[in-house]
Amino acid sequence: MASPMRIRAAAKDGVTEVRVLMSHVMETGQRKDSSGEVIPAHFITELTARHNDKLVLSAEFGPSVSTNPYLAFKFKGGEKGDKVTVSWVDNKGDSRTDEAQIA
Amino acid sequence: MNHQRRDALKAGGGLGVLGLLATVGLIRPETAHAAWNEQAFGAKSLDAAFEVLGAGKPAVSDDVVLNTPDIAENGAVVPVGVVSKLPGTEYVAIMIEKNPYMLAASFTIPEGTQAEVQTRVKMGQTSDVYALVKADGKFYMAKKEVKVTLGGCGG
Repeated sequence: MASPMRIRAAAKDGVTEVRVLMSHVMETGQRKDSSGEVIPAHFITELTARHNDKLVLSAEFGPSVSTNPYLAFKFKGGEKGDKVTVSWVDNKGDSRTDEAQIA
Repeated sequence: MNHQRRDALKAGGGLGVLGLLATVGLIRPETAHAAWNEQAFGAKSLDAAFEVLGAGKPAVSDDVVLNTPDIAENGAVVPVGVVSKLPGTEYVAIMIEKNPYMLAASFTIPEGTQAEVQTRVKMGQTSDVYALVKADGKFYMAKKEVKVTLGGCGG
């Protein structure tokens, strides 16, 4: 299983900024290993972020997103202590969900 | 597989609907994949990707701001930020023209979320980077060249 995401969420002046650092190889399927075999693609395809139970962002990634993807976005509202949940699914069907409290 | 599912159940426990979704995604990966826009992500050219996304020929807009470095020393990690000042922005996509798969990421922005996203992408070589924005049903774009001194694709 993939390692936990690091999620930071901070509310300021009625706007919450969320920063997420995922842990994922994001293999493109373009590279070859030392014996010349193509390393199969393995990357995050979909990501959703929720504030409490409300969807605040959904994203689709391609293999061009960097290894250990970083994502930052802002949404209106959000109080200290509210829950921000981020989930992703990759092309092999792996998934991961982590949550953080707004600081 | 069974082991993974167990972990997912644990991770999802107490998250209600979300946990359930994650579990469903694991048991039936093809369901999750169906949502991913394979055609758009598989597009090999800018025009093809625009077509799949229904963007046609998007107008260049000054209200779409693409924040990238002018020169990226390391193509494996190029920070890209998109800010749209257009009212009613509902969709943002980042494209790198000369990458083998040029659509890097797309974001669906529900109401209440600001049209401002930042991420990091890989770039194989110096290329134009495009931000495609859908606002109020219309498509707009911004373009910027990023020079890459060390490619981030291929060994």
